Amino acid sequence: MNPINWHSCFFLLAAAVACAAALGVVASKNVVRMAVFLLHALGAVAGLFFLAGADFVGAMQLMIYVGGTLVLIAFGVMLTARRPFLSMDTKLAQWIAGTLVGGCLLAVLLRSALSVDDWAGPVSAAPRAQAEDLATAAPLGMGMLGVRVDRLDEPEAARREGMSGYLLPFEIISVHLLVVLIGAAYLARSTRPGEARLRENVEDKINAG
Amino acid sequence: MTTFLLQWLNPPWLAYALAALVHCGLLLALVVGSVAVCNWAERKIAGRVQDRLGPARVGGRFGWLQSPADGLKLLCKEDLIPADADSLLFRFAPYISLGASFAAFVAIPLSNDWVAQRLDAAAFFVLAVAGLEVFGVILGGYASGSKWSLFGAMREAAQVVSYEVPLGLCVLVPVMVAGTMNLVKIGNMQEGWFTNWLIFHDPFTFITFWVYLTCAVASVNRAPFDLAEAESELVAGFLTEYSGFRWSAFFMAEYGSMLAVSFLAAILFFGGWNGPVPIARWFGLMQENGPLAGYLGNLLGLANMLAKGSLGIVVMMWIRWTLPRLRIDQVLTTCLKYCIPLAAATFVGAMAWTFVARGGLNAGNDDATTRPGVATGGVQGEVAMTKSQ
Repeated sequence: MNPINWHSCFFLLAAAVACAAALGVVASKNVVRMAVFLLHALGAVAGLFFLAGADFVGAMQLMIYVGGTLVLIAFGVMLTARRPFLSMDTKLAQWIAGTLVGGCLLAVLLRSALSVDDWAGPVSAAPRAQAEDLATAAPLGMGMLGVRVDRLDEPEAARREGMSGYLLPFEIISVHLLVVLIGAAYLARSTRPGEARLRENVEDKINAG
Repeated sequence: MTTFLLQWLNPPWLAYALAALVHCGLLLALVVGSVAVCNWAERKIAGRVQDRLGPARVGGRFGWLQSPADGLKLLCKEDLIPADADSLLFRFAPYISLGASFAAFVAIPLSNDWVAQRLDAAAFFVLAVAGLEVFGVILGGYASGSKWSLFGAMREAAQVVSYEVPLGLCVLVPVMVAGTMNLVKIGNMQEGWFTNWLIFHDPFTFITFWVYLTCAVASVNRAPFDLAEAESELVAGFLTEYSGFRWSAFFMAEYGSMLAVSFLAAILFFGGWNGPVPIARWFGLMQENGPLAGYLGNLLGLANMLAKGSLGIVVMMWIRWTLPRLRIDQVLTTCLKYCIPLAAATFVGAMAWTFVARGGLNAGNDDATTRPGVATGGVQGEVAMTKSQ
C-alpha cells in the first residue's frame, strides 16, 4: 500500500474549503454572510501558504486580510446598514460582467500554471524540509524595500540590473487600497452632499411656507 | 511518538492520524484544563481580594469542584436563539472566537522540543491569529439581532483593534533584540541565569514589558479595560443574547487568549522554558544525554512555562479585582497618549541600544543581509560584546 501523501491531502482540503467558501461569497445575498464566507476563503488560502512553507506570507494574509480588511468590512456594514440584515441583489448584467472578468483572469492563471512542468505532479515533502531555514522574512522585507537579496550573487551583470525589488508594486498596491477604502466610505455614506443640500432646501421651503 | 506508533500499527496512515489526534488532544486539554483552573482561581482570588472566602463548599475543601459544576450547569441551560437573530451566524460566531484563540497555541512552544509547529514567523503568527478573535465578537453582536449587542460588539471591537497597535510594537522590541521571530530561538537565547532574560537585556525592554502587560490586559478585554462588556452595568455587551454552551465558548476563548498572551510574555521577556536558575544544564537534562534526560529537561521546561503563564494570569486577575473600571475616554487616553508613544519610544531606544552594543556602524553594516545567521549568536554574544567594550 502506498504511503499517503499528506501534503496533497491537506492541500486538497484547504483548496476545497477556499473554493467552496469563494462560491459561497458569490452566491450569498447577505453582506455579513458574505464576510463570513470570505473569512473562510482567506483563511484557507493562508493555510495553503503555510503548507507551501511561506509562514510569513500566511501570517501576513491572516493579519492584513482577515484581521484587518475583513474587520473593516464588518465595521462598515454595521455602521452603514439601514436594515438589520442588508441584502444585495445582483443584477443579471453584473453577473455577466463579473463572470467575464473572472473567467478571463482564471484562463490567464490556468495557462501560466499549467505551463510549469514541475507543477504537473504531486509535490513530495522533501524539498520543503530543505528550504525551511531559508524561508525567513528577511529577504522578503529587503525585497519590499527595493533590494533583492536573492539576486545579489547573480554572476551576470544583466540579471543583477533587475534588482529594483518590489518597492514600486508595493507602493502601487498601498495607494490602490487607499483609493478602495475612500471609495467604499463614499459609497457607504447614507446621504451624499448633494442630496443633503437638496433636503435642506426642501426643509427650508417647508419651514418658510 | 510517531515512530513508536509506526512500529505497532500496520497501515502507516493510522499511526500518523493517531499521533496527530493525541497531540491535538494534549494541546486542547492544556487550554481547556487551564480554563477550568482559571475559573476557579478567579473566584478564589476575587474572594480573597474582597476579604471573603470565595467558593468553599463544592467538592469538599477549597471548592475545587466549582468549575466542573459550573460547566455542567452551563451545558444544561436552555439553548436560546433570539427570534430576530440570524440563527446560522449566531450559532457559528462563538466557534470563530474559540478557534482563533486555540489556534494561537499551534505556534507557541511549551518547551524546547515541545512545539506543534516551528514557524519562522511564530511571534507574528500568534499576533495575527489572536487578532482574529475579534471577528467572532463582531459577528456574535451583529447576529444577535439586537442593537444592544451590536453596540457592545462595536465598542469591544474598537478597543481590541486599537490596542493591537501598541501590542504589536511591544512584541517587536524583543523580536528586534533577538533578531528573529522564531519563538523557539528567542526562548533558547535566554538560556542560563535569569539575567539573560530579555526583560533584563536593557532598560528599554524592561519598560516594554510593562507596556505589553497593559496592552495585553486591554486586548483580552479584562478589567480595568472591560468597559465594553461590563457585566454589572451593560449586561455583558455583545454577550447579552448568549447563554449556555455558546456563552461558555466565548468565555473559554477569553481565557484561552489570556493564557496565550501570558505564554507569549513568558517567552518574549522571561526566558520561556529556561528557569531563573539553569538547573537543566547542571543535571545534564539535555537532548544530547539520551532521550530520558531530554524528556526530563522538556518536562522541567513545561513546568517553567506553566508556572510563568499562571503567574501572568494571576497578575491579570489581581489587577482586575484591584483597579476600578476605566471610562471610555480613559481607555482611549491610555492607548493613544501613553501606550503607543511609550512603545514607539522603547522601540527606538532598544534599536539604538542594540546598534551600540553591536559596535555601531561597522558591525551593523555587514550583518544587514545575513541577519538570520547573526541572530543565532543571540543575546549571549551581544552581552559578551558589550562587556568586551
